[in-house]
Amino acid sequence: MMNNAPGPPRPTTNTHPHPHPQPHANPEPAAINAQNLTVTRGPRTVLRNLAFTVPRGQITGLLGPSGCGKSTLMRAIVGTQAKVTGTLDVLGRPAGHPTLRTRIGYVTQAPSVYDDLTVRQNLDYFAQILDPGRHATDRRHDNVTRAIADVDLTTHTDALAGNLSGGQRNRVSLAVALLGTPELLVLDEPTVGLDPVLRRDLWALFHDIAASRGATLLVSSHVMDEAERCHRLLLMREGELLADDTPEALRTRTGTETVEAGFLHLVDKAKEEARTKETPR
Amino acid sequence: MTTTHPVTATPTPPRPLNASRTTATAARVLRQLTHDPRTIALMILVPCVMLFLLRYVFDGSPRTFDSIGASLLGIFPLITMFLVTSIATLRERTSGTLERLLAMPLGKGDLIAGYALAFGALAIVQSALATGLALWFLGLDVTGSPWLLLLVALLDALLGTALGLFVSAFAASEFQAVQFMPAVIFPQLLLCGLFTPRDNMHPALEALSDVLPMSYAVDGMNEVLRHTDMTATFVRDILIVAGCALLVLTLGAATLRRRTA
Repeated sequence: MMNNAPGPPRPTTNTHPHPHPQPHANPEPAAINAQNLTVTRGPRTVLRNLAFTVPRGQITGLLGPSGCGKSTLMRAIVGTQAKVTGTLDVLGRPAGHPTLRTRIGYVTQAPSVYDDLTVRQNLDYFAQILDPGRHATDRRHDNVTRAIADVDLTTHTDALAGNLSGGQRNRVSLAVALLGTPELLVLDEPTVGLDPVLRRDLWALFHDIAASRGATLLVSSHVMDEAERCHRLLLMREGELLADDTPEALRTRTGTETVEAGFLHLVDKAKEEARTKETPR
Repeated sequence: MTTTHPVTATPTPPRPLNASRTTATAARVLRQLTHDPRTIALMILVPCVMLFLLRYVFDGSPRTFDSIGASLLGIFPLITMFLVTSIATLRERTSGTLERLLAMPLGKGDLIAGYALAFGALAIVQSALATGLALWFLGLDVTGSPWLLLLVALLDALLGTALGLFVSAFAASEFQAVQFMPAVIFPQLLLCGLFTPRDNMHPALEALSDVLPMSYAVDGMNEVLRHTDMTATFVRDILIVAGCALLVLTLGAATLRRRTA
């Protein structure tokens, strides 16, 4: 299956697959630290008392069925979600702190780019926001060219974003997040609707970004086979965390072959526990 | 464990505008428009065609054309900019680009000033063409300086941009945004003194027209129409229009939220 596609890491417990940044040797605190994190939207509690940490320099997968609160959690982390209570520290600062805005790259689920601008014009504009001023013109040009190459759109540089396919527009959106050198990349379903070859290439890119730039990635997906490509996993269901582990440890713990089976196992267990709690009444 | 304090949305101190980011935003808005030549053509040509039409509607009474034409030179930029801005900002909100920008180090002021700058530039072109056409080809008889006409037109365009930006916060779709045009602009159009002098109206309506900014836009145009130099009333009118534009722009900035539900 997809598990054997090139690129996926096989991290044993906590050892980083790549030589240089050893996450556990890093004295810096976790990239994300959440305690008692709760988010309400109107009358609904979307996230309930989450507590987790996301280590630096690794790819953490945020997985769960659609509607479980993945996007809300990501928006809370980048500081665009209202009504967030509890503790949520991102790169050592409270989430939403103004100094974090240049340090985080964020890709929303729907591609957020200007359809009536070309790929390069889109990136040029966002680059000017991140790194303004005339003196930075050359650096911006290099950054934009590299970001376009990173997402494999060099042949579409001068195409209007609105004329691209859905997957291509997603990649323009991703390229915007790769501008500059964000320490934390928050990617909301970046591989949705992409063909297998592109998905594999993007995951290879994510691993490269984590390894060579030492960046932390938080990638959400509802496709469970992508879980095997992450260093760590956060499994969510109905606003709660079911697991916070490495893919390997999760499979071992649940005695299953795949992360998908492990997830289903945990869901069934959670349902059963909820039922036994309710029956005594 | 009762740590249910809200995650600190660190109150951002209002910072001065960043010139590079503002001009980058203005350039981006204009660049978007260059990919949409039809919109540009409509924005520039429609006011000219309307004036042309009006000139021959009042073929028999050039005095009426003078007064209505001058008023319209102030009203067109307001309406066009209102429409364009409200749709453009709404698109920015619904496409997710606004959320992305506000998650980046872009000040709300930079964004709004960028929009005002871009549409202001467009308004100058539009007003210059319409004013030129009215004065030199349609025989609009204006006592004062055409530059003053242009100044009022520009301030009106700014007011339209400000109003458009503000109402776009309350529109959930393009349908609603377009409907705000009759809701916000038409009452002002009826009460601004275009159809009948404001002191002929029912006292209640006259009082209402005193607090609507378009009334002062039209008054200002009429001052230029009748007087050779800048009158005190003219100065008061343009100050009120500019003040309203700034006030509404500030209100518009307040509707841009970094954190949304």
